Amino acid sequence: MEFTIEFDKQQIESIENILQEELIDTGVQSVILMDLAGNVVVNLDKGDKNHDVFSLAALAAGNYGAVSAMANIIGEQEFSLLFHKGEEESIHFSKVVEDLLLLTIFDKNVSLGFLRLKVAEAIKRIQKLI
Amino acid sequence: MALINPKKKEVQVKIVYYGPGRGGKTTNLEYINEKFKKRIQNEMVTVKTYGDRTLFFDFLPFDIGEIKGHSIKVQLYTVPGQVKYNATRRLVLRGVDGLVFVADSMDLRREMNIRSLQNLKENLETFNKNIFHIPLVMQYNKRDLKEEGIPILSIETLQKDLNSRLQAPYFSASAVRGDNVASTMKKIIAMTVTSLRKKLE
Ligand SMILES: Nc1nc2c(ncn2[C@@H]2O[C@H](COP(=O)(O)OP(=O)(O)OP(=O)(O)O)[C@@H](O)[C@H]2O)c(=O)[nH]1
Ligand SMILES: [Mg+2]
Repeated sequence: MEFTIEFDKQQIESIENILQEELIDTGVQSVILMDLAGNVVVNLDKGDKNHDVFSLAALAAGNYGAVSAMANIIGEQEFSLLFHKGEEESIHFSKVVEDLLLLTIFDKNVSLGFLRLKVAEAIKRIQKLI
Repeated sequence: MALINPKKKEVQVKIVYYGPGRGGKTTNLEYINEKFKKRIQNEMVTVKTYGDRTLFFDFLPFDIGEIKGHSIKVQLYTVPGQVKYNATRRLVLRGVDGLVFVADSMDLRREMNIRSLQNLKENLETFNKNIFHIPLVMQYNKRDLKEEGIPILSIETLQKDLNSRLQAPYFSASAVRGDNVASTMKKIIAMTVTSLRKKLE
C-alpha cells in the first residue's frame, strides 16, 4: 500500500503548535490540514462548534480538484485564492505543498486580509518541517 | 494512499465503488448506511443531480475498530458512473486504497460494464496505478431482476467479460435487497487492511 506524505508524531505535534499559534489563537474557528485524497492530517478548533471534519475534507478535496481542473482548462496553473464567503462563517483553502491543503474556517470577526497573512505565515513554517 | 496519524493512532483508508451509471453503487452505500447506523457517526454525504444520479460522489465514513492499537477509519466513496463525468470520477479515485467494481447484471448493460472497467484501468494509469496491484472486489449486482423476468447475464458471462484476467473475489448481489452488500464491503475492507498490518507493526 502507498502512503501520502508520512508524518511522525513529532512532526504532527509541531504542526499542531504552528496552527494553534498562527491561526486558532488569533481567532480562527477551525483548521484542517488534509491531503487531496480527502484524508485529515491535523484538525484543530476553538471548541465551540462541532463540524463534521471528515465530510468537510472529502468535499474540500473534490472541490479543490475541480477548481484546479478548471484552471487547467483555461490555461492557468492554479487559482491562488480559493475562498467561500458566508453570512457568518467563511472557508478559505490554501495549498501547502503538492498534495496537501490547509482549510480554515473563520467568522466575520476575522478579516480576509488578516487571515491570508496568517495562513501564509503558518504555511511557511510548516513547509520547513516537511 | 492511506494516512496514518501516529499521534492519534488513527488510520484513514479510502475505498471507492466504481462501475457503470445506474449500476447500484449509491444503493450499496445507502444500504450500508442504514444497516450499520450505530457505527456511523456522521451523515452520508451525497452530491446528486436531479433524478438521483450521482454528480460528484457519495461519501460514508465508517469506523471498523482497532488493528494493532490503531483505530481504523474507512472512508467509502462512490464515483458518478455516467460517461460524461469522467473528470470528476478521476478526482474521486485520487488516493484510492481499495476498489469495488459494481457491475450491472442486466443483459442490456453488458457493453457498459466492459467499458466502465476499461475506463477504471485508464483512470488508474493517470495516477500511475495498476489495476492488478490494488485490492479489488467484483460485485455482480441486480441479481433479483431475474425473478421479475428481466433478462440478466449469467455469472459465467460476467466472469468472462470482466474478471477472467483480474481474478478478483466476486459476489452476486442485490443492493436494493441488501443481498451480499455487507459481504462485499467486508471483503474489500479485509483485503485493504491486510496490506496495512505490516505497516502498523
Ligand atoms: N432491481 C434492482 N435495482 C437496483 C439494484 N441496485 C440498484 N438498483 C436501482 O438502480 C437504480 C440506480 O441505482 P444507483 O445506486 O443510483 O446507481 P449508481 O451506480 O449510483 O448510478 P450513478 O450515480 O449514475 O453512477 C436505482 O433506481 C436503484 O434503485 C438491485 O440490486 N436490483
Ligand atoms: Mg450513484
